[in-house]
Amino acid sequence: MANIWSKDIGPGGKWSGTIGKGKLIRLTALEAGANVSFQLYHAKDLTERYNMPDTLKAQYTAHLTRGNVLMSDNGRAMVSIVEDSLGWHDPLSGYTSRAKTDAKYGVTNYQELRNEWLRSGQENFAVELVRNGLSMRDMMPVVNFFSKIVVENNGDMKFVQGHCPAGATVTLRTELDLLVVLSNTPNPLDPSESYPSVPVRIEVLPAPPLHEDDYCLNYRSENRRAFENTWEYHTLLNA
Amino acid sequence: MAVFNRVESPRLVEEAIYSEVVQAGDGWMRELKPGQVLRIVDLEGNQAADTLFFDAENPEDHYSAVATITGQSNIYLSTGSVLRAESGKALLTIVADTCGRHDTVGGSCSAQSNTVRYAHEKLSMHNCRDTFMLQLAGQDGVYTKRDLAPNINFFMNVPVTPEGGLKFDDGVSAPGCYVEMQSHGRTMVLISNCPQLNNPCNAYNPTPIQVLIWDN
Repeated sequence: MANIWSKDIGPGGKWSGTIGKGKLIRLTALEAGANVSFQLYHAKDLTERYNMPDTLKAQYTAHLTRGNVLMSDNGRAMVSIVEDSLGWHDPLSGYTSRAKTDAKYGVTNYQELRNEWLRSGQENFAVELVRNGLSMRDMMPVVNFFSKIVVENNGDMKFVQGHCPAGATVTLRTELDLLVVLSNTPNPLDPSESYPSVPVRIEVLPAPPLHEDDYCLNYRSENRRAFENTWEYHTLLNA
Repeated sequence: MAVFNRVESPRLVEEAIYSEVVQAGDGWMRELKPGQVLRIVDLEGNQAADTLFFDAENPEDHYSAVATITGQSNIYLSTGSVLRAESGKALLTIVADTCGRHDTVGGSCSAQSNTVRYAHEKLSMHNCRDTFMLQLAGQDGVYTKRDLAPNINFFMNVPVTPEGGLKFDDGVSAPGCYVEMQSHGRTMVLISNCPQLNNPCNAYNPTPIQVLIWDN
């Protein structure tokens, strides 16, 4: 299926945009070791956003993969993960800050390095949120696509190195009209001493219509009820 | 770090400057001054005190579960845990804890999440986010739904498995267990004493908590 649109997001890059419902968003790691921090808002009501605890509790999971649905704080399905070559994406560890970026990779600045200056997730999100009429006030936990964080029995969080090979892909189907905000910045728990961000391709493609035997819809009864809440919203909107 | 770190408090109840019982299903919102210590007591055991914090100097900077757990590289909270805002700023530090483990991954219940987790018919039931919003409604418009970030569930045990699963285990708490935290600056505290009737963690019986404050 030919894509509608495509963009490569370089290391340290950021992007935001509105993507309508019924589309596929395919993310591809163009090199090994990608991490893209991903935030979702309902484009028609920006106070409705991806809710990490609601999503994880409803699906009894602390990682995200095919079959999982990212749910909003209003109990609606926002996107479904319809394809995934990796089996594990991290919803727990958030984004980097300027202070952590400087502490970990050394202080960098624009004056010396121009566009090679290392970006932080916090600054990337701040810019894109303000650009869309929001602010860091609206920042909530993100999904870190391509990263795997294992939580040991004592609660320790461990970044799994070598999880993401070049060419890894994950494909999301949009169930609502969405504002997508993303930052291609390192996972905060990545122990690498060099800034490991690699380019990521984002493509938007048409999605086939949802069928009753859809894998994500039937993954859990909780997922079906989240879809039903989304359908109820669209029924009332279009009534 | 910060795992099952059971530490008793030296503070005496009779020296507290404030004490109040928050009944099951009720909310509570109050500002802590710099250095003040807040104790939350699980009076009857296995209750969940759903709690959020805001930097009172900058109310748009809410508590961040993710900044807190990545800051200590451990998902559980106990004595020594630094509770951070979205900006990364340290808001409070847990200074005593006789429960030993608290959850900040599981978030709070809402009418809408109840429809997803249990059944559409549960929409009318009392829930924590309604309690939070009722408290926010009394704050002259300073706070809105945008400020309701994922919270702390004091006394709750929500283990994550090495395989990436999420479980709701019976409480590690018991009658009289408490947690104490000291505020670094001016911090707004928002509590919903959870009214959830669909989750076996509280034996389907929400119970009261007590909040106490000391000046240091």
